[in-house]
Amino acid sequence: MKTVSLLTSAGKRSVGAVVALAALLSACDARQEQGEFVDINRDPFPSSYAALASETTLITNVTILSGTGERIEGGSVLMAGGKITAVGAGTIAAPDGARVIDGTGRWVTPGIIDVHSHLGVYASPGTGSHSDGNEIGDPVTAGVWAEHSLWPQDPGFGRAAAGGVTVMQLLPGSANLVGGRSVVIKNVPGRVAQDMKFPGAPYGMKMACGENPKRVYGSGNNNVSKRPSTRMGNVHGYRQAWADAQDYQRRWDKYERDYSAGKDVLPPARSLRMDTLAGVLRGDVKVHMHCYRADDMGTMLDVMKEFGYQIASFQHAVESYKIADKLAENGVCSAMWADWYGFKMEAYDGIRENIPFVHNAGACAIVHSDSSSGIQRLNQEAAKALADGRKVGLDISKADAWQWLSLNPAKSLGIEAETGSLEVGKNADLVLWSGDPFSVYTKADITFVDGAVIFDRADKSKQRVADFELGHVGEGDVK
Amino acid sequence: MRKINSLGVAAAILALASTSLTSVALAEDVAVTGGTAFTKGGSGKVENATILMSDGVIVSVTAGGDVPSGYRTVDAKGKWVTVGFMASGSTLGLGEVGSWADNNDSRTGAKYKDTIGLDVAYSFNPRNTVIANTRIEGVTRAVTQFSGTSDNWRGSGAVIQLAGSDVADMIVHNKGFIRLSVDEGAARGNGGSRSAMWADIYKKLDAAKPKDEDEDDKSEDKSEGKDGEKADSKDDKKADKKKPKKKSEGDKMLDALFAGTVTLQVSVHRASDIQQVIAMQKKYGFKVMLTGAREAWMVADELAAAGIAVLLNPLDNLPSRFDMLASTGQNAERLQAAGVKIAFLPPDTYQTRLVVQNAGNAVAMGLSWEAAIDALTINPAEIFGVSDHYGTMAAGMTADIVVWDGDPLEVMTSPDAVFIGGEQIELVSRQTLLRDRYKEIPRAPGFKK
Repeated sequence: MKTVSLLTSAGKRSVGAVVALAALLSACDARQEQGEFVDINRDPFPSSYAALASETTLITNVTILSGTGERIEGGSVLMAGGKITAVGAGTIAAPDGARVIDGTGRWVTPGIIDVHSHLGVYASPGTGSHSDGNEIGDPVTAGVWAEHSLWPQDPGFGRAAAGGVTVMQLLPGSANLVGGRSVVIKNVPGRVAQDMKFPGAPYGMKMACGENPKRVYGSGNNNVSKRPSTRMGNVHGYRQAWADAQDYQRRWDKYERDYSAGKDVLPPARSLRMDTLAGVLRGDVKVHMHCYRADDMGTMLDVMKEFGYQIASFQHAVESYKIADKLAENGVCSAMWADWYGFKMEAYDGIRENIPFVHNAGACAIVHSDSSSGIQRLNQEAAKALADGRKVGLDISKADAWQWLSLNPAKSLGIEAETGSLEVGKNADLVLWSGDPFSVYTKADITFVDGAVIFDRADKSKQRVADFELGHVGEGDVK
Repeated sequence: MRKINSLGVAAAILALASTSLTSVALAEDVAVTGGTAFTKGGSGKVENATILMSDGVIVSVTAGGDVPSGYRTVDAKGKWVTVGFMASGSTLGLGEVGSWADNNDSRTGAKYKDTIGLDVAYSFNPRNTVIANTRIEGVTRAVTQFSGTSDNWRGSGAVIQLAGSDVADMIVHNKGFIRLSVDEGAARGNGGSRSAMWADIYKKLDAAKPKDEDEDDKSEDKSEGKDGEKADSKDDKKADKKKPKKKSEGDKMLDALFAGTVTLQVSVHRASDIQQVIAMQKKYGFKVMLTGAREAWMVADELAAAGIAVLLNPLDNLPSRFDMLASTGQNAERLQAAGVKIAFLPPDTYQTRLVVQNAGNAVAMGLSWEAAIDALTINPAEIFGVSDHYGTMAAGMTADIVVWDGDPLEVMTSPDAVFIGGEQIELVSRQTLLRDRYKEIPRAPGFKK
């Protein structure tokens, strides 16, 4: 689909194109007649998110973990117009008409951001017909987008809201070397995927190291249907894809130069696959790479340098503790489980101290779920990791540990200016917990997205019932 | 069971010489003092408890009791002390690494026939490293069993204690139950329809049923079997004319089921499927327990009346499949309230240890703390037939004792000391060795960033 778009196209490159064209138009008659400039619309499925109705809300006398490493006892948080308008110790005057919630004995934290979810793309019920996460058949499917698999009626979204999750990244699966684009969503009800899309959030691209791609394509039984069948085959696949993307980008750059020079040129053939890969090389799309073993990650750090892109995060990263220094030096986050290990060879060396060790090395540590069950209790995952770190002598506070759940995930997704911490001006994405969220007995009492209640444990009308659940025996039950 | 300890010590000594990972210390007389002990599941609280262990068993639990001479004292002041916990389902010891690692014995090949007769003892590896990863977290017992077979029968399972060095030491009760899956997945793979699957199950059970009780049709239940019942009686007549066949291991297990020495563990979720299981139990009169059982709460009263226990994962709250639509985190609480005996499943074998976190979450969803601890100790002991020696902290019971640095169900607590069969376990595992190796990242002296 060619989009002829001077005024309507979105994205960084089109701005440059408009400027270039404006210059051209003034001197137009001196040049040869040109066809219309073909620009690629980088946002063909724009967010249609609109914040839910919210009221000005003040939570008082509450323990606050700011998400930036700060802890405030007896503090207050004020939300108005969907933003955090005040936060701090002591009392804040309630504006007229504000809802005031007494937070005595309770805690407030930034909303949890899960950077690794397959909700909607591997929805419940997990029927074969709902299996929409792996576009198997080609090891590089950079042209597929998770949002086109996203079923907004997955009951898992409501359960995640009850677990304090306000934002999540929905990813394609890990069957392919390049699995396709991810989408960052706000955990709000939507009729279509676009209703949930986080406005302005950069796209992510899923890649995968190790066993999964080579198993899917190589099968391991001398029955290789297609490359790759080995780890070295995997790396060949990534590098060739990047080399192709470089070539693709050069052709488009040349087209722009030629057009700007007044030539009547045709644009290069459009490749949806290359659009995404080139987007990574331009810095518009963030790479989130499923990678377990330290050596696999080490290889990818060099591939990253070879082709001049940045890996935002390694996902699962069960051996990050072995190379935490290198990850810190390269500015790559690790999105990890607290304690999953052992279920396959590349997960065999998982240890319970992975998250605190990565944190302790000064690298970016993230707690992720990759699970429709785990996403409901990410606070407990952080608690376990924190306890394991402390047990071996690491001095990590609960306030610091909360960064694994909100600010670090926000940074890895490129949305830290909008959310991820309780700071004035940021989105009012936060959770009021029934107590210390590092306890197994604590529940999210209220979850807010942009100041609006997306879950309230005390209000049935604020407990989401997916369309799918209507008319079934579980409808509206306590979950 | 009790005699195992002296054998265990001998084996442990041998093992100590042969492997650095062995963590069973010598059995000795030990007193755990000053802690808050829970002697009967979550109840029987004893403050400032003196727990005496000798020769692998508990001698006494007394408030503020004296420590006899010759006992080594472990100070548990300010700590919580419980019986070691039991996970009611896993494949522990049947495979070191789950996927694509060529070492997994928890599933049979697609053509294997005698799926009722499978015995985990042939597969169980006492040196499997997941065992140590599990026990250092306070889980000292587990049920181990097959995860998959060529049909919907899954062989028998065993109760294992998570210390020792040979199979006979660690399997404390084998072949106490056989497993059958009748859930939606089983129906797809076994006849394609529940109707086909159940007809086959009844056919098999009718054939196995002791013949003197099956002479006429008066026991026929109109709601069950139907056509299958007629076919079966024909088969039986034919079979009677033949020479008696040598019994397979599976036949023997079915005989034991009808004799009442073995329990049928049924994997099932949908409420109506569970009612089918209850009807089957009524028809044959054998012992049944359920596992999975997402919608068990809907028929809780019927289960209580039938005396059927339920093994469940309290985190299962999504409609993951069409036979799980009524899944709720309150399954445990509702079953308990109705008088059904419950015990907990861990999320998976590698995370057998997380059965404790699962129990904590059941409490968060309304189950009492006491009932949750019961479901990790007394209840599984009774359900799996090992309550003669395990499940409570009473004189004469096997000394599986864990000293916790706080409420054991909390996610930030962990064991300070673990005793299995009276022997203190070193809190070391393959995972802690990796941890210790990388706590300071090893680098060559000349390493450049």
